[in-house]
Amino acid sequence: MAHRWKNDLSDADVTPYAAFLNRRQIMAGLGGAAGLGLAGLGGTAARAATEEALEPNSWEDVTTYCNFYEFGTGKGDPAAYAGQMTTEPWSVEIDGLVERPGSYSMAQILDAMTLEDRIYRFRCVEAWSMVVPWQGFELADLLNLAGVQDGAKYVAFETLYRPSEMPGTAYNVLDWPYREGLRLDEAQHPLTIMATGIFGKPLPNQNGAPLRLVVPWKYGFKSIKSIVRITLTDQQPQTSWNMANAREYGFYSNVNPTVDHPRWSQASERRIGGGLFARREPTLMFNGYEKDVAALYQGMDLAENF
Amino acid sequence: MQRINSLFRMVPVWLVYMGGMLPAGVLFYQGLSGALGAEPIKALEHEYGELALQLLVATLAITPLRRLLGLNLMRFRRAIGLLCFFYVSCHLLVWLLLDVQLLGQILADILKRPYITIGMAGFVLMLPLALTSNGISVRRLGARWRLLHRLTYPAAFLGALHYVMLAKGFQLEPLIYMGAILLLLALRLPSVAWPKLA
Repeated sequence: MAHRWKNDLSDADVTPYAAFLNRRQIMAGLGGAAGLGLAGLGGTAARAATEEALEPNSWEDVTTYCNFYEFGTGKGDPAAYAGQMTTEPWSVEIDGLVERPGSYSMAQILDAMTLEDRIYRFRCVEAWSMVVPWQGFELADLLNLAGVQDGAKYVAFETLYRPSEMPGTAYNVLDWPYREGLRLDEAQHPLTIMATGIFGKPLPNQNGAPLRLVVPWKYGFKSIKSIVRITLTDQQPQTSWNMANAREYGFYSNVNPTVDHPRWSQASERRIGGGLFARREPTLMFNGYEKDVAALYQGMDLAENF
Repeated sequence: MQRINSLFRMVPVWLVYMGGMLPAGVLFYQGLSGALGAEPIKALEHEYGELALQLLVATLAITPLRRLLGLNLMRFRRAIGLLCFFYVSCHLLVWLLLDVQLLGQILADILKRPYITIGMAGFVLMLPLALTSNGISVRRLGARWRLLHRLTYPAAFLGALHYVMLAKGFQLEPLIYMGAILLLLALRLPSVAWPKLA
């Protein structure tokens, strides 16, 4: 699954940021028009049209409205305090059921990977959403770099835990370090990426620099930030929110409008950036990626395995 | 303390009303202008709710302050209590009109979600208090007015509980409000014979 697509562009070919946004707006306009024309053609066409119409949120929205509890529980805390996190040098420990365990430096990883752009919907469990233009590489490629052993069934991730640079960790909001996990097939799915940038720029610290997971069909908290450890295991790993409150945050945490969070409905969401009078929008099954990922969960009761 | 009391006596009550309502407008304007961040609806809802809790703590503190320190703020108590109700109403309106928006979901949420049920119960308990916070009611109800206004105690507890229950993970702030309110309620237990500190 690695290297299906080769990037033959260099830095010189990168579209300037402003032009990039302009282009997105034009594309969104075209997509909207196409959507009107295709509205009668049923689900697939309508879905393709909405896919085209994905217009990224602003840089401001994406970098100032964040959850990164290591820096505080307020939405603005990460932008205010994450700047003090040292992200260079950075290395990721890859261990467990892999053929080449060890400490992989960022340079080592980036040398072996091909960065690409992915514009994804991002849906938080708190019922807000954004559209983010990520840069990154498929997690499957990184797993191949380390070599997955036959017995591996799950992938566990850990966020950096460095109290001297993370004021939020002074409180036991969660059991630090932050942990997340995926089933191996979820981790190897082509939609699952490791992001290193947004809007063509390096990932800001508050968004999980220098390396974070992005799993677009799951609630945002699955997309663990500032990763320092990846462990391949044959056991379902513990995940922070599931440990804190298993009734509210399941291991799978797939975006599912029919399974409510016990304290609020997940049927609708509000797109960030719409201002004080923004309307709610219906939430899509698997955050709109149903066609791509529904097969992963065939035969599973998703109300049980939420 | 006498000097402070006489200083406070010079503050007209209408000034407390005016000053107390001012943040509501400022916050709403900030929400419109983007100063409350990328998601102003939640921010406004939270700010109004938190102001209501602060005013709740302030109303509950007035009697202990007088008893323990001799600080007399009695003439502001009605204003502070009504301002608290005002911010609870603002908080509720933002939730109804800007946040949830759909009537069906509003009713379902009130019944289905314990922290919302509890928040609504707190609001309902405050309604008769707000309606009888005037001179005519005080005179008509007599001793029953004092009894009725003890509803402040359960209402305050429910308000703090509402905040504790909605926090994601273990957060300090709601627990501080709960602690302050429980302490202020404990000071009212008849068995507690508190000494005068000043």
